[in-house]
Amino acid sequence: MTSPSPTRHSWYEESARGRLAHLLDLGSFTEFLGPERREFSPHLGLFNLPHQLDDGIIVGTGRLDGRPVLAAAQEGRFMGGAIGEVHGAKLTGLLRAARQLKRDVVILFDTGGVRLQEANAGELAISEIIRATLEARAEGVRVVGLLGGRAGCYGGGSLIAGCCSALVISEQGRLSVSGPEVIETNKGVEEFDSRDRALVWRTMGGKHRYLIGGADLFVDDDVAAFRAGALAALERPSALDQAVLAAEQARLERRLARFGDAADGAEVWARLGVAHPAGVPDLDTGAFLTIATSKREGADAAR
Amino acid sequence: MQPADILSSLFPAGHDVTEAGGLLTGSGRLDPQTTVDVVGISGKTYPGVDEALALAGHILSITTRPDPAPLLFLVDSGSQRMSRRDELMGLSETLAHLAKALWRAEQAGHRTIGLLYGGSAAGAFIATALACGSLVALPGAWPEVMDLPSMARVTKLSLDVLKEKAAGTPVFAPGLDNLFATGAIAEIWDPARPLCDQLKALLAVTRDDDGRAGWGLERGGRVKAAAIAREVQRLALAHG
Repeated sequence: MTSPSPTRHSWYEESARGRLAHLLDLGSFTEFLGPERREFSPHLGLFNLPHQLDDGIIVGTGRLDGRPVLAAAQEGRFMGGAIGEVHGAKLTGLLRAARQLKRDVVILFDTGGVRLQEANAGELAISEIIRATLEARAEGVRVVGLLGGRAGCYGGGSLIAGCCSALVISEQGRLSVSGPEVIETNKGVEEFDSRDRALVWRTMGGKHRYLIGGADLFVDDDVAAFRAGALAALERPSALDQAVLAAEQARLERRLARFGDAADGAEVWARLGVAHPAGVPDLDTGAFLTIATSKREGADAAR
Repeated sequence: MQPADILSSLFPAGHDVTEAGGLLTGSGRLDPQTTVDVVGISGKTYPGVDEALALAGHILSITTRPDPAPLLFLVDSGSQRMSRRDELMGLSETLAHLAKALWRAEQAGHRTIGLLYGGSAAGAFIATALACGSLVALPGAWPEVMDLPSMARVTKLSLDVLKEKAAGTPVFAPGLDNLFATGAIAEIWDPARPLCDQLKALLAVTRDDDGRAGWGLERGGRVKAAAIAREVQRLALAHG
């Protein structure tokens, strides 16, 4: 696995507030509708569940290497980062402001998807977030997603990520619609053994996503690496027009034609020309990137 | 109502919509002057990477045309297909791509109208019906984020307790009335009246910005979302 450097500071282990503090320029962050405003979920009480004063998401504005950005960070340790009415509306409002201000947005994903105790409100919030994201991109706003949180990026959260202009992922980042437990519960352990962690990484983990063009930048599980990745992702184009979508259509069709009958991630990597696919999960970031750079399918802004 | 009845009520002047592998494609004539493109998912099909990509490709061929024909998306689906292969191939990208294709159609001047006449759930609902510029439904439609038995398993509450709680709030339980109350659906159409008239009336009204949170407030099913989004937007603009 990745060899820890003495100064490494895990993104995965950090809280949402901790990640924001390390991501943005020191002292530059201003939160909107923070915990002091006590805008928490009105629905969790019905289930005798505790609320959190920020409803599991922090939204605000700050600077990244001097550049003004809007930022949102989901807290995977509260309800698995799940998206409810208030949580979702905070992100929608931020994205609508981004469109008006023509200011780029960084989203620190850490979510299991819709919060079931307020499922209808959460589902609809995700649809509103997607529309606000696309409308911001239509104005040239970059919407960058960072994927390396403890809850992963699942369900409707993964569809929001799919609408971002660029994605940064770490090995620990997991990106998929149906999570391992959901597939196992619905289709049986033969279809997906959710306890097989290696299978989870090979199917939806950061290395696989980066190799097939599902993410644009691969970084170490380290707060400084995510900051550098976010800066690089902010240099990528955000255009979302007919040409970009036609290119995305062609890219995804090519993926299915090339790998659609592969039984496993390792088989996909073999077809990409990776010499020792079984060894990919054990490669450290440097060795992985050396191989991935020459073999991967890039998204080339077709996103 | 089933697709054949829906299509003949929508298009008295005729249509050429066909079904293959659970997907509908074609067009119909609302009146001699107005052609409507039709896509759809029928028969409770669970869309995976193949279906999502086929639909998106069809929609993106419509968006290259210069005419402003509306696009009707008929929906009777399951949830997204849950499988190892679909996730291995990047179902999240593919479903997002479908949502982007529908949004692109609106940008290119084609109104997109989702017509939910059966089921839809979870990620499939987000990428199809909810990704249309306007969403209408027929009575008997059954949208759901997750079915109550699965929800009972995840929340570790009994089905009876969940049903009791669902009686008091539309915010979590499945069903058309609950989704309508939260603002997901613009109108519930009357199957006893010609659907073509109801579609014409919808097309006659210009679609505004995303007003779904406002409907949720008016209908009492989602009372905080509009104000929260507005307040964050206000604070961000005030900060500059």
